Amino acid sequence: MSGGESWGAAHPAAGAAMSGGESRGGAAHPAAGAAPSGAELRERARRAIAEQPGKTVTVLSSLLAAQDELHYLPFEAIEEAAMSAGASVNEAWGVASFYPNFRFTPPARHSVEVCWGPTCHVLGAQPILQGLARHLGLDGEGDTEDGSVSLKFNTCLGVCPHAPAMSFDHQLAGRMSLDAAVSRLERVRSGEQGA
Amino acid sequence: MTEAYEALRMRAAERWDALHAKPWIRVGTGLMGEAAGAPEVLAALREAVARSGADAAISEVGTRGLCYAEPLVDVFVPGGPRALYGNAAPEQAAVIVERHVRGGEAVAELALASVDCDVAGVPRLEDLPMMRRQVRVALRNAGEIDPGDLDQYVARGGFAGLNRALSELGRERTLEEVKNSGLRGRGGAAFSTGMKWSFLAGNPAPEKYILCNCEEGDPGAFNDKTVLETDPFTLIEGCVIAGYATGASNGIVFIRHGHDAPIDRTRAAIAACYENGLLGSGVLGSNFSFEMDVSLVGESYVAGEETALMEAIEGKRSMPRFRPPFPAAYGVWGKPSNINNIKTLSYAPEIVRRGAEWFKEIGTEKSSGTAIACLSGDIRRPGLVEVPFGVTVRQIVEELGGGDPEGKGLKFLQTGGPLGGVLPAEQFDMTLDFDEMAGAGAMFGSGGLIVCNEERSVVDLTRTLLAFDQMESCGKCFPCRLGMSHLLEILERIADGTGRDGDMELMERVGLNMRGGSLCGHGQLGYNPVASAVRFFGGEFRARLEGGEAPPIGSFVGPKATRRGAQMSGGTPTASVKVDFVSRMEPAAAAAGGAR
Repeated sequence: MSGGESWGAAHPAAGAAMSGGESRGGAAHPAAGAAPSGAELRERARRAIAEQPGKTVTVLSSLLAAQDELHYLPFEAIEEAAMSAGASVNEAWGVASFYPNFRFTPPARHSVEVCWGPTCHVLGAQPILQGLARHLGLDGEGDTEDGSVSLKFNTCLGVCPHAPAMSFDHQLAGRMSLDAAVSRLERVRSGEQGA
Repeated sequence: MTEAYEALRMRAAERWDALHAKPWIRVGTGLMGEAAGAPEVLAALREAVARSGADAAISEVGTRGLCYAEPLVDVFVPGGPRALYGNAAPEQAAVIVERHVRGGEAVAELALASVDCDVAGVPRLEDLPMMRRQVRVALRNAGEIDPGDLDQYVARGGFAGLNRALSELGRERTLEEVKNSGLRGRGGAAFSTGMKWSFLAGNPAPEKYILCNCEEGDPGAFNDKTVLETDPFTLIEGCVIAGYATGASNGIVFIRHGHDAPIDRTRAAIAACYENGLLGSGVLGSNFSFEMDVSLVGESYVAGEETALMEAIEGKRSMPRFRPPFPAAYGVWGKPSNINNIKTLSYAPEIVRRGAEWFKEIGTEKSSGTAIACLSGDIRRPGLVEVPFGVTVRQIVEELGGGDPEGKGLKFLQTGGPLGGVLPAEQFDMTLDFDEMAGAGAMFGSGGLIVCNEERSVVDLTRTLLAFDQMESCGKCFPCRLGMSHLLEILERIADGTGRDGDMELMERVGLNMRGGSLCGHGQLGYNPVASAVRFFGGEFRARLEGGEAPPIGSFVGPKATRRGAQMSGGTPTASVKVDFVSRMEPAAAAAGGAR
């Protein structure tokens, strides 16, 4: 397999080993355009790791820098992060698999996050996130079949006074309703920016 | 006074005067402003100013805490009124610029409050219901200064505390000052800060660390991020003072990855301090040297625990260590370390500048100073308030917060974060005081107060908290890892109306095992939210189990991610990935691995 494809689905056993039966996680999204080569991913990861702003370089800081650049962690990025900190690939994978903000497959073109923290919950997060998932044909968190939207539940977006809170392509939006969320999602998906 | 500080102060005063020589527009951006739509308002103001040809400065500032009125625009004109415009809309930009910036008259019909002046028909800022009881110490600069401008911080008294420590007090007396002020940790444990510092000061090692904890994974709390976003210099100054008082060499600010505004603003502020001799070798021309850096962590609530935090700084999984040894002996990278919450450190500059006695005047005898509470949920005026200890919970929720937006009765507060508990409305007359609250079994924690009205189900909220706690268990100690899952499962069936006889007793048994068998507070306190909810609203649980009146509960869908292998977006669990690692190295081994 080329490095550009992600590795989750590379092995026939991989799909079967997944819980929930969603077996398409590994495949690069068809809509994501031509997948970059493994060498290219490696080079971008290496540069991002070398140019990370903090003075203290660790496996974790390198993984975060690589994900900031690539928006996911391909095998090459994990290897580069391990090398940057003198750790083994297993150690680097151990760190990456612990923190749920890391992903190992290319994300969809747009990201939508719904906060499910207690304040947002009290003010109606569940109808929004369940409604959005239905609207996108998902059973919860996940990527749409067409690779246009990654839906993620966030434990707290940090803007509780503006609950229920969401983010669209990492831009925060407060006081959301399901209707407002769907219409903004469609505007973002159709290429219009922002509010 | 050191010469270096005097030079800084002179330059800052000149800049401050220059800023006030022409109109100055401040817009609250950052996380809060962004969620409320401030970027659009900022863009509209920039355009309106450019179009009108007015010579005005526009600054992005952090939130003032008046989140109910965001986006918030602050307009100053020399020799004229200064006013805040609340819930500002992009369409109002033109009229604000035309009448206030160019015309020199506040737009009274749009103004929320006037600042340091009177405008007919507009209340003064300090007379707003949400501002009335507030005393601002840690948040003294919130919304006032551009968080990226060192001169503005210095002009408002910044680094005077550090200067006093270096030039007048010396190490021991600086430590004494903080000890005498009665400052206690604002992260939840309420331990004496001066005492904690003295543990580190007593360690003669040459390399020692001050760790500033802004992990703040507590849903419902946002005050740490607000400090960094509105005034990162106050945290830096507090950290340098802590370093000086304890003889530490390095400071690390620890923030969750993804909160860009606090991270970027803190990094920029640290860089500015290096450029101006406030960090690095010879701080303010003294013989004291101090280095600072920002360290980011992935999503992990347990990373806020002090030993797990050190693991994360070292780049590992954020799992707690066994104690002892305690951090003051063996901390990050094995070096002696002191961990303080961001809020705690943010008090140090003013305490050292104004003296311990001044700080002790504020608050109660055993809980000196102020508390920063984050109001959210069923409340008319959500946001941040900084109030002296000794005010009552009712005053915060009803007077400052304005109660339920539709006037419904309030039922309880969720306090102390996801491991905290509930405070029923009957106890709202409790005064804010570390010891009094602890004595009554309530937790102030890091200050998140989630207000719930009479229609809310306490069972529903408790289930959500446990869903969070279960997902956030790091997995190191099995009583926590498994216990949280059991608690959640039982709560789910109680919520669904399929609970069983003996479920309440089972939860208690599981909870007690977690308390005794977990290394850190996550497992030790994991049963807390259930215990507290049952204590005050046991009837609601019984009604769900045995039939009876209880508020309705909607269906619940939680995240797919857990610590047992992230399963993001379609899922790539640990097992499948390991298989592929093997396949890349050795095809034969991969086949063997694939058989599992």
